[in-house]
Amino acid sequence: MNFVYERLLGGKNGAIGIAILAALIFIILPVGLDLFRLNLVGKYLTYAFAAVSLVLLWGYGGILSLGQGVFFGLGGYCMAMFLKLEASDPVTTKIQSTPGIPDFMDWNQLTALPWFWEPFNSFTFTVIAVLVVPTIFAFIIGYSMFKRRVGGVYFAIITQAIALILTVLIVGQQGYTGGINGITDLRTLNGWDIRSDSAKYILYFINAFLLIGVIFLGRFILTSKFGRLLLAMRDKEDRVRFSGYDVSNFKIFIFCISAMISAVGGAMFTLQVGFMSPSFVGIVPSIEMVIFAAVGGRMSLIGVVYGTLIVNAGKTAFSESFPEIWLFLMGGLFIAVVMYFPNGIAGLWDKHGKKLIGCIMRMQCVTAVKGMIENKRTGKIGTASK
Amino acid sequence: MSITDFTLAIEDLTVSFDGFKAVDSLNLYVDKDELRVVIGPNGAGKTTVLDLICGKTKATEGSIKFKNIELTRLSEHQIVHAGVGRKFQTPSIYENLSVYENLEVSYPKGHSVFGSLAFKRTVEVDTRIREIADEIFLGDFLDMEAALLSHGQKQWLEIGMLLIQDPELLMLDEPVAGMSVKEREQTAELLKKICKGRSVLVIEHDMEFVARIAHKVTVLHQGKILAEGDMQTVQNDPKVIEVYLGH
Repeated sequence: MNFVYERLLGGKNGAIGIAILAALIFIILPVGLDLFRLNLVGKYLTYAFAAVSLVLLWGYGGILSLGQGVFFGLGGYCMAMFLKLEASDPVTTKIQSTPGIPDFMDWNQLTALPWFWEPFNSFTFTVIAVLVVPTIFAFIIGYSMFKRRVGGVYFAIITQAIALILTVLIVGQQGYTGGINGITDLRTLNGWDIRSDSAKYILYFINAFLLIGVIFLGRFILTSKFGRLLLAMRDKEDRVRFSGYDVSNFKIFIFCISAMISAVGGAMFTLQVGFMSPSFVGIVPSIEMVIFAAVGGRMSLIGVVYGTLIVNAGKTAFSESFPEIWLFLMGGLFIAVVMYFPNGIAGLWDKHGKKLIGCIMRMQCVTAVKGMIENKRTGKIGTASK
Repeated sequence: MSITDFTLAIEDLTVSFDGFKAVDSLNLYVDKDELRVVIGPNGAGKTTVLDLICGKTKATEGSIKFKNIELTRLSEHQIVHAGVGRKFQTPSIYENLSVYENLEVSYPKGHSVFGSLAFKRTVEVDTRIREIADEIFLGDFLDMEAALLSHGQKQWLEIGMLLIQDPELLMLDEPVAGMSVKEREQTAELLKKICKGRSVLVIEHDMEFVARIAHKVTVLHQGKILAEGDMQTVQNDPKVIEVYLGH
C-alpha cells in the first residue's frame, strides 16, 4: 500500500495530479467532446507517450533525443503491418495481379510477401514486436553511442540523423514499406472493425489507460535510486562513474525504456488514426515531441501530457485558420519556453498556480463570510423592523 | 611485476600526451594505514597521477597495483569496486539532490541498473548515512539541497560520499581548498580519523595543513619524484626548496 502511494502515485501531490489528469481524460473529455474531437484528442494522447518518454530521457537523464519519432514510428509500423496483412486477404485483393499481399506491394511489382512481413500475420508476435523492435533498435544505438561516451549535442544530432535516415529508407523502399504514403487503408483487428464508432471509443480508453500506466512506470523509475542516479548523472557524470557505476548502462537502459514507451504511443496512433506514414517518423515530428515535453515541463510526467494536448490543440486551431503562421508560432513558443519558463507549464503551475488557487479559495471564503455577515445584518434589520 | 605488501604500488608509470610526459617513470609505494601527501609545483603531474590510478586517464606504460590487482586494465567503475575512492579538485557533488540523497546515491549497493531499481532505503542504509553525515559535520543538514552548502561543506560532503563506500585507498585532491581556518582544522582531524584501516593519498598545497596530517610526503616535479620522506626531511631538502618551497 505504502509502495503504491509513495512510489507509483508520488505522495499526496502526485496522487492529486494523477487523479485530475485521469478525471480529465477518462471523464471530462469523453463526455464533453463529440466522437470526431475525441478521436483527435486520442491521437494527441498518443504523442503524449513520446513526451512522457522524453521526461525520463531528457528531463531527468539529460539526454536529448531528437529521434523519438523513430521509435514512435517503429511501434506504429509494426502495428500497421499486422493490420495491413489482415486487410489484404486474398478475397478483398483478388483484383491484384498477386492477390493476398498488401496493395502497395502489388503496385510495386512484388509477387510474394517479403520474409520480414511474414511473422506479422500473428497478433501476439505483433504486440511483442511493438515493444521489442524499437527497444532493440534503441539498444543498438545506445550501446554504440554511450559506450563510446558520445553525449550531449552530438547524441542529439546523431538521433536526428537517424530519424532522417529512417524516413529516407521508408520512402525509398516503397515496395516493402508503402513509401511516402505509408501503410493505409487499415480496417480490422482480428476481425474487429477499428473504424466503427464503438471501436473508436474503446481504443480511446485503452490508449488513456496505457498512458496512465506509462506514467506509473515513469514514477516507479524516477522514485527509485535509479531516478536519483539519473539526476546525478545529468549533473556530475564523472562523480557517478567514480562512485562505482557503469554510467553507460544506465543511459542505455533509460534510452531503451523511452523507446519502448514511444513505441506504444505509435502503435496506439496507428490503431486510432488508421494509418501510419513516414511523416510521423522523421525530424519534424521528433522535434515536435521535444516541444510538447518542453512546453509541458520536461521534469513533470503529468505536465507533458497537458503540454502535448495544448500544443496540439493550438496547432489544430491555428493551422485551420492561419496555416502559414503556425510554424512561426510554434518556434516562438519554444523560444519563450526556453527563455522565460524553462520548466514549462508544470513549472508555472508549481510557481503560481497553487498560489492562485489558494487565493481564489481565500477570496471565496472572504465573499462567503461577507455574505454571511450581510445576511445576518439584513436578517437583523428584518427582525428589527418587525 | 612483483607481488608486494603495499596497498598501492606504482611502478615505472609513464603517461605522455602527444610526446609530453606528464608522468615520467614514476615509482610510488603507499602502505596500509598510511597517509601520504603529494606536493609539488603546478604542472608537476600530481592530479594526473590520481587520474591514472582511478582510471580517468590511461597509462602509456608501467603498472599500478592495488592490493596486487593491476588497475591499468580495469575500467573506472571496476577500480571503484576494487576499493579505490577519489575526490576531485573542485567539489563534485550532486547539487540537485539533498545531502541525504547524495550519500544514498554513493552507498555501495545497487550498482547495476536493476539493482538500483530494486534498491530500498533499509534501516541499515539509513543508519550508515546518518553515521557518515555526523562524521563529516553535516548531521544537521541531511535534508538541505547540496547546492546550498558552503564551499567547505561541499568538500566534506564529497569526502563523506567516498567514506560511505569504505574504500581501502582514498585519494583526495586538495581537500581543504577554499576552506576557512576552522574548517581546515576540522578537516585535519577528520583525515587523521579516517586514515585508520585504509591508505590515504592527498594532494595539497597548504604546507601548514600538510605538516599537520602527513605521515610521509612525496614531492613531484615534472612528472618525477624529486624527494620523498617525512615532512622535516623534505622541507630541508635543497632541491625541494629551489623548485617549490622557495617561491
